[in-house]
Amino acid sequence: MSIKLNALFSDSYVDISQYRDQHFKGNRYEQEKLLKQSCTLYVGNLSFYTTEEQVHELFSKSGDVKRIIIGLDKVKKTACGFCFVEYYTRADAENAMRFINGTRLDDRIIRTDWDAGFKEGRQFGRGKSGGQVRDEYRQDYDPARGGYGKLVQKS
Amino acid sequence: MSRRRHSDEGDAGSQPHKRRRTSEPIEIEDRLESLICRVGEKSTSSLESNLEGLAGVLEADLPNYKGKILRILCAVARLLPEKLTVYTTLVGLLNARNYNFGGEFVEAMIRQLKETLKSNLYSEALYLVRFLSDLVNCHVIAAPSMVAMFENFVSVTQEEDIPQVRSDWYVYAVLSSLPWVGKELYEKKDVEMDRLFNQIEGYLKRRQKTHVPMLQVWTAEKPHPQEEYLDCLWAQVQKLKKDRWQERHILRPYIAFDSVLCEALQHNLPPFTPPAHSDDAVYPMPHVVFRMFDYTDAPEGPVMPGSHSVERFVIEENLHCIIKSHWRERKTCAAQLLSYPGRNKIPLNYHIVEVIFGELFQLPSPPHIDVMYTALLIELCKLQPGSLPQVLAQATEMMYMRLDTMNTTCIDRLLNWFSHHLSNFQFRWSWDDWADCLTQDIEKPKPKFVKEVLEKCMRLSYHQRIVDIVPPSFSALIPANPVCSYKYEEETEIPLPGLAMATTVSNAIKNRASNEEILIVLKDVPNPNQDDDDDEGDGFNPLKIEVFLQTLLHLAAKSFSHSFSALAKFHEVLKNLTESDEGKLHILRVLYEFWRNHPQMISVLVDKLIRTQIVDCAAVANWIFSPEMAHDFTRFYVWEILHSTIRKMNKHVQKIQKELDEAKEKLEKQQNKKQRDSGDEEDMEKNSEDEEGQLEEQIERLQEKVESAQSEQKNLFLVIFQRFIMLLTEHLVRCETSGIDINTSWYKNCIERLQQIFLMHHVIIQQYVGTLENLLFTAELDHHILAVYQQFCALQL
Repeated sequence: MSIKLNALFSDSYVDISQYRDQHFKGNRYEQEKLLKQSCTLYVGNLSFYTTEEQVHELFSKSGDVKRIIIGLDKVKKTACGFCFVEYYTRADAENAMRFINGTRLDDRIIRTDWDAGFKEGRQFGRGKSGGQVRDEYRQDYDPARGGYGKLVQKS
Repeated sequence: MSRRRHSDEGDAGSQPHKRRRTSEPIEIEDRLESLICRVGEKSTSSLESNLEGLAGVLEADLPNYKGKILRILCAVARLLPEKLTVYTTLVGLLNARNYNFGGEFVEAMIRQLKETLKSNLYSEALYLVRFLSDLVNCHVIAAPSMVAMFENFVSVTQEEDIPQVRSDWYVYAVLSSLPWVGKELYEKKDVEMDRLFNQIEGYLKRRQKTHVPMLQVWTAEKPHPQEEYLDCLWAQVQKLKKDRWQERHILRPYIAFDSVLCEALQHNLPPFTPPAHSDDAVYPMPHVVFRMFDYTDAPEGPVMPGSHSVERFVIEENLHCIIKSHWRERKTCAAQLLSYPGRNKIPLNYHIVEVIFGELFQLPSPPHIDVMYTALLIELCKLQPGSLPQVLAQATEMMYMRLDTMNTTCIDRLLNWFSHHLSNFQFRWSWDDWADCLTQDIEKPKPKFVKEVLEKCMRLSYHQRIVDIVPPSFSALIPANPVCSYKYEEETEIPLPGLAMATTVSNAIKNRASNEEILIVLKDVPNPNQDDDDDEGDGFNPLKIEVFLQTLLHLAAKSFSHSFSALAKFHEVLKNLTESDEGKLHILRVLYEFWRNHPQMISVLVDKLIRTQIVDCAAVANWIFSPEMAHDFTRFYVWEILHSTIRKMNKHVQKIQKELDEAKEKLEKQQNKKQRDSGDEEDMEKNSEDEEGQLEEQIERLQEKVESAQSEQKNLFLVIFQRFIMLLTEHLVRCETSGIDINTSWYKNCIERLQQIFLMHHVIIQQYVGTLENLLFTAELDHHILAVYQQFCALQL
């Protein structure tokens, strides 16, 4: 009886993206396998001032949150605009991808993506100046993310 | 979306434009699926020519792909009810070209119907019945045989000792097909149909409606009565009959093909006996039809069909079906809703908003997760920025006006939705329009609602933001600044007992003392409750708990993570201090004292305390119902905590049950393997015996664990219900003796919270109904309280 009609019932918000962590210890296949089972989300485009409490309130709307790890500037050890949200179940994380990704937190459209799982060290920005890479090179002025990009600031 | 002209479809076997390693037949099957699924979508050609073309393609593919085509068509009948008439027309055209195929399709549908009924897939079964009935309009099925099936359905109402929800479904299946096929059936078999109608009417008159009050969103009859779903549909069908079955809303592509379809030979449905009732059958629960708009609400443009018009039913059904099909894809869902065929003749935005809120407020629970509706409404606002936000604002205003009679559970969902929605639109709202709430008692529904909304808005932003967004006149409703209250902070005239100890403990923690060291330090804390016999000093000591926890929480107050770390680090100390039930209760009290201005923090810390087994679920329940928490008893956060606690308990039981089931499966596999391998060498046999022995031990342990968990779960519900009964009885007695009206704001809130426990956890509570009835919900209970229990029982009868 049951055929699934793949042509119609897509669930595209839950698909894994093109991003792969370059620092991941393992091959592409292993990373993808983990992404497809993961209960952890990367959350990006946060304001530097967004708190753990705000993240918790928003992401609890799709299920019980196990843990939140706020991303930090490697040098300053202050929030640098991203975090990880880990759920107890995959289903709850999927609902976050479907209904919280692309909506606003602290007035900013945030973006969520699957993460292979938090490991110590991954809470730090990988940009040369200590924050995220994207803040190294961007040209625009974003008061919630330290103003101009680092490259612009140095020039 | 495929825009291929139908002349292309002929080359089903032509070269694909990419080289693939998959074999052609699979490609063709995928294409067939795609073609069938997409027919009826936006296209440069008319629907009729697309259907004609597709029928031609499928007819040509029948020799090689008949099985696949049958399966796809059965699937769309079951899964795409919003496109019902498109597919019945397609089947009609195929039947006209190939009589045998038509016959096979009907047989496959009947098989599918039987399977869905056996598997408790009642909404899908409903769509199948509707599909079959529309096939009468397409000359695929002979009307008399459809009437015969309906007669068998209605005769279920004569069965004895069945749950009412069973006969309800069969009657609903008949009635909900009549908008599509009533005309045709009445023309061919009016005598039989009249007889059916009489039977249905008789059934509807005698069925129980005890469950209705529990499922209504508003208790008031005005402006729109919240009708039971079968009553509403009956009124709609009767009106349709009176109008001689003239129905103009449903899109009927088959009319254009009448000359072709007339020529087709029809099939008779085989006699269909509804499967007998069994104990595993889980019939759909009754529901109430949610209405918030009528023809007076849409200011310009097309008029909204009346509440008892069949158009209203069809529109609502189709919109519900669209959401059911596309809820995972919010952009697609919004687009599909907004491109509803026939949208030009109805105030579509109003229908969409009404249907969405109807689902969000559905009792016991919405069909989909709450946050989906928030995301969907945001997408709809994006697609119709000039019109939808206004309808949404109008709806919000209307619901605010009617808060006094809105069910508390629905108010919870409304305020969650509204605060989350506002956070996506810079919290812009015309608060001044709601200034009327400022003159009311703060416990009344309107000011309470505004207060809770602002609290939720603050959680998504920060305190100053809330101060900035509301007019100064609203200051009494602004939430407290979420700072902690450390009792040992300030200099008091008379130093608090424990002040010196607090400083000692604080220094010890700062110097990285271990759990043992802290316990040694705490030994010196005097016990205000001390009996002289308690030499060891290990009994419950409230002062010890206060000194330690206040200090710890103070040091860790910076963020959730800091506090979680602190609780984890000093788990041993906390476990030690809360061995007794009094200890568990006191730790919650101290936590509350410290964080009383930050309910969100209280909530997450209670969660952690449960998960790390420092307190148990019953302790949390007792704490919530304790006299100290009475002043916060009607606040939303308290119920968030309680429901979260119950859910944790339920998940815990489920988890262990799952472990037990898995272990049992493993044992079974092991035993099967043993049977097959018997006769192998001695060593191997002994090893497998050992394994079996281990598994059996494990199963015994898990069995005990499950029983103990279930006992804890049952106890939790007993505690909660007991406390409710005590509180409510006290109130009722007090009112009676003083001669005041029982219906205070507090009472409405409390009795609806009791209802909410039943509704939110009805599946679990069902298991313990026997105990509940024997111990708590007895005939001696005040009838106001007993009514809630009886309504709950009526949900599945």
